[in-house]
Amino acid sequence: MTVIDLESYEDALATYDPVMGLEVHVELGTKTKMFCGCSTELKQDANSQTCPVCLGLPGALPVVNEIGVESAIKIGLALNCEIAEWCRFARKNYFYPDMPKNFQTSQYDEPIAFDGYLDVQLEDGEIFRVQIERAHMEEDTGKSTHVGGATGRIHGASHSLLDYNRAGIPLIEIVTKPIEGAGARAPEVAKAYVAELRELIKALGVSEARMEMGQMRCDVNLSLRPHGREAFGTRSETKNVNSLRSVERAARFEIQHRGVALDLETGGTIVQETRHFHEEDGSTTAGRIKDNAEDYRYFPEPDLVPVAPARDWVEELRKGLPELPRLRRARLKEEWGVSEHDMQSILNAGAVDLIVATTEVGAPADQARKWWMGELARNANETGRALDELGVTPAPVPAALRFRPGAPPFRLSASAAGFPGPWSRRRSSRRCGSAAAARSPPSTTASGVCPVPACRPRASCRRP
Amino acid sequence: MTDISTIIKLTAAEIAAKIASGELTAVEVTEAHLARIEAVDEKVHAFLHIDREGALAQARAVDAKKAAGEKLGPLAGVPLALKDIFTTEDMPTTVGSKILEGWVPPYDATVTKRLKAADVVILGKTNMDEFAMGSSTENSAYGPTGNPWDLTRIPGGSGGGSSAALASFEAPLAIGTDTGGSIRQPAAVTGTVGVKPTYGGVSRYGMVAFSSSLDQGGPCARTVLDAALLHEAIAGHDPLDSTSIDAPVPPVVEAARNGSVQGMRVGVVKQFSGEGYQAGVVQRFNESVELLKSLGATIVELDCPSFDLGLSAYYLIAPSECSSNLARFDAMRYGLRVGDDGTRSAEDVTALTREAGFGDEVKRRIILGTYALSSGYYDAYYGSAQKVRTLITRDFEKAFEQVDVIVSPTTPTTAFPIGERADDPMAMYLADLCTIPTNLAGNAAMSLPCGLAPEDGLPVGLQIIAPAMKDDRLYKVGAAVEAAFVEKWGHPLLEEAPSL
Repeated sequence: MTVIDLESYEDALATYDPVMGLEVHVELGTKTKMFCGCSTELKQDANSQTCPVCLGLPGALPVVNEIGVESAIKIGLALNCEIAEWCRFARKNYFYPDMPKNFQTSQYDEPIAFDGYLDVQLEDGEIFRVQIERAHMEEDTGKSTHVGGATGRIHGASHSLLDYNRAGIPLIEIVTKPIEGAGARAPEVAKAYVAELRELIKALGVSEARMEMGQMRCDVNLSLRPHGREAFGTRSETKNVNSLRSVERAARFEIQHRGVALDLETGGTIVQETRHFHEEDGSTTAGRIKDNAEDYRYFPEPDLVPVAPARDWVEELRKGLPELPRLRRARLKEEWGVSEHDMQSILNAGAVDLIVATTEVGAPADQARKWWMGELARNANETGRALDELGVTPAPVPAALRFRPGAPPFRLSASAAGFPGPWSRRRSSRRCGSAAAARSPPSTTASGVCPVPACRPRASCRRP
Repeated sequence: MTDISTIIKLTAAEIAAKIASGELTAVEVTEAHLARIEAVDEKVHAFLHIDREGALAQARAVDAKKAAGEKLGPLAGVPLALKDIFTTEDMPTTVGSKILEGWVPPYDATVTKRLKAADVVILGKTNMDEFAMGSSTENSAYGPTGNPWDLTRIPGGSGGGSSAALASFEAPLAIGTDTGGSIRQPAAVTGTVGVKPTYGGVSRYGMVAFSSSLDQGGPCARTVLDAALLHEAIAGHDPLDSTSIDAPVPPVVEAARNGSVQGMRVGVVKQFSGEGYQAGVVQRFNESVELLKSLGATIVELDCPSFDLGLSAYYLIAPSECSSNLARFDAMRYGLRVGDDGTRSAEDVTALTREAGFGDEVKRRIILGTYALSSGYYDAYYGSAQKVRTLITRDFEKAFEQVDVIVSPTTPTTAFPIGERADDPMAMYLADLCTIPTNLAGNAAMSLPCGLAPEDGLPVGLQIIAPAMKDDRLYKVGAAVEAAFVEKWGHPLLEEAPSL
C-alpha cells in the first residue's frame, strides 16, 4: 500500500468544511428473496439457494415480495419520509459476473420513500438532525470470490468463483441529503447516524442489521469546500465501511486525505473517485476513478407493475411503529436510574433488549442489568460474540436469581441452573428474530402477486 | 385406419373430437404429423427441434387416459408446434440464436406447462428470427424457413417456423409470440390464423424476453375456432408474471362458435393505407370491408394520426428493452462460451461470446437501444417514444368509442422473396407498419386469410383489432368473416396452396 501524506485533522478543518453523504444498505430479514421464493437463509453451499428468477435465466420474471415493500414503508415512516402513492422499480444496467441479469432491479427517480430526517444524539447530548433524501428498494448481487491473487481482489487473481445465494436478497438503500455544518464533528455525526439507524432498523424488526455480517453496509461520501463557499467540492466515495468505528475513522481519514489533495490542487478540480476502506489501519486507497462516463441507463422495469401502497395500509403501518430508539433509551435510562455512561455501556454491549425482556419476566431492573452486564458481557466481549448469541435466554433468569438469593448472580458453573449451555457456539440465524418477522407470511413471491389488496397496483397502472 | 393425408388436413377441433370418440388414437394422429414432418420439413425447415419420442409418449398418455375412461380436454391429443422462444425442460431452447445453442432449460414456461396440462402433444420447437427480431425468419442463426405457398419466399417473422408448420400441414396448432407483429404477419403471408391477445392475457413466464412491455404469446392455427381453443388453453392469470392480468379469460371459444358482425361498428383507419401497400393487398382488403357490410356491419372511417409515429416509437422502445434483456447473455452461467482458454478475463470472454453468438440484427438493436437509453439521449429517444405510445393508446381509446373493432390489412405486401430485404432493415421494418400500434397500446388483434393477391397468387391477411380484454370480439368477427369467405371460395384458402 502506498504511504499517503495526510494533513493533520485540525489543519484540514482550519481551511475546509466537510460535507458528507451517507448511503446505507440494509439487508432485510425477509424469509424469501425480493423477487422470487428462494430462501434468504445463509447457506454454506454455493448456489444452493437459487432458482431461474434469481439466476436470471432466460424467460424468468420477477415478482415483488410484499414483506419487502412493507419493510421499506416501515423504514420510510420511521425516518419521517413521505411514502410514494405510486412508484416503480427501475433497471440499473451494468455488467458484472456476479449480477445474473447484468442489471440490478432497483429504484431510480421514483423511490418508495423520500424527504425525511433522523435526529441523532451526539456524545455530549446534542441532537443533530440528519436529512434523509430517500429510501428505496433493490436487490443484492451475488458474491465473487477471487482466487489465486494476494489481495483477494480481482487484480492478480487466477480465477473467480461465483455464488448467487445472495443474489436477489432484498436491500433497502437509505441515502442522506448532504450533511453540512457538522464541522469537526462530522465523523462523530456519521457514526451516531449509522448507530441510530441500526437501532431503528432493529426496533422495526425488519432486519438484525448486523454490520459484521454485512446486513448493514455503509458508503461514506465526503467532500471539502473552503470556508464560506457555497458549492460542494468533488467527492470521494468510500465503499463498504462495515462497523461503527470504521465509519468514524473513514470520515476522519478522508477529511485529512481530501485536505491534502485540495492543497496540492493547482486550479483544476480534483478527481471524483471510489475508495476502499482498510480495517487494519483505518486508511482508504483509491479504487476506480468515477467520471461522468459511468452511465447506468436507468429505465422503468417493464417486468414489474408499479407499486401503489394504499393509504390506509400506510397509516396502519404508521400506527404500528415502535418507540424511537433514542426516546426509548432516554425512558429506560430514567426507569432504571442509570448514568449516561452506564446506559452507553449497556447499549454498546447490545444488552438493552435483553434487560427489558428479563424485567418483563419478573426480574428487578437492577438485578437484570447486573446479570447481563457482568460475567456474560465480559465473556461475550472476550469471545467476540453478541450477548444474545451465548445461548442464554431471559426466561429462566428470575428463577436463577431467586435460586441463589443474595449471591453473585452468575457463575460459570451456573449451567446447572437449567438453561442451555451458555458457552456453546451457536450459529446465529440471519433471520430476523423479532415477533414481527415471525408473523410474516411465508412467501409472497412463490405465489406471485402480492396477496394483500393494499399492495396491488391500480388497474390503470398496469402497463408502463 | 385413416390415412396420413386425411389426418393432417383435419382441424384441431376435428382431431380432438375424433380422439374423444375413439375414431382416431392420439398416437395415430401424432405419427401422421411426424411422418408429414419427415416428408416435407427438409424443404420447409419449420422446425429447429423435433421431439419424436416425447410427442409419442404424450400421445400414448392421452390414449391411456381415454382407455381408462377419463374425460379428455378440448385439445387432448392434438399436435402442436411450439415456437423456440418458450422454455422446455425436455427440449433445447435456442430462440433462434447461436448464443443458446444446445441449452436445455431447467424449467418449463407457463405456456409449456399449460399445454402439457391440456394434453396437447408438443411435436417440437419451431424456427424464428433470432430473439424474435425480424419479419422474415431469415435472421435465424439456423437458416431460413420457406413459405409453403412458395418455398423461395419468406413465411413471415419472427414466427415463420410456426406459420410454415401450419401452412404445410405439419401441425394443426402452433404457438407464436408477437412483439410488433410476429404472430400476425406470418399468419397473413401463409394464409393461416394468428392472434395477439391483450397484453397480459397470456403469461410471459418462460418466454425468453425481447421487449418485455410489448412481447405477448398467442395462438396460431388454420381456423378461427382452433385458435380460440388454443387461446383458452394457454391464457389466464399467472402469479409468476406480475404483468399478467388477474381477470377471467374473455369467452373466446364461445365467440368463435357464434360468429357474427350483425349490427357491429367496424372502423377503417385512414393511416393504414396509402403508399407502400401492394395493389392486390388493398383490393382484397376492400373486398373484406364490403363483405363485412354485406354481413350487417356498419363501416366507420377513423383518423388516428399518432399511428404514423408507431414504427419510429417501436424501434426505440423495443431495442431499448432488448439491450437490457439481452445483457444476461454473458457466457457466465449458460449457453455459448467463446475464448475461455484460461488466459482471458471474464470481460474478454463475454465480448468474444457476444461477438460470435449474436447475429447482425440482434447486435444492431442492442447498439441502438444502448444508445437510446444513454444519459443525455434518454429524454429525446426513449422518453419521446413512451409519449408516442401514450398518444397511440389515446387514439385507440377514441376510436373504440366509435367502433367495436378496427380492420386493416395485416401487412402491406404479400410474402417477399427470401433475400430481397435482408440487407435493407428499413424495408424489413415496414412489414410491421399495421401491426405495431396494437403492441404499443397493448390491445388485442387477429390476422386471418382474406384471399390471394391477384398479381402473385399469394395469401393476404385481414387484421381485426379489438380493445384490451375484448379478445372475444376478434373471434366473433373472425369466425363470421371466415365462414363467409369459405362459403364464397367453396373451401378453406389453404386448399389452394401447392402440394409440397
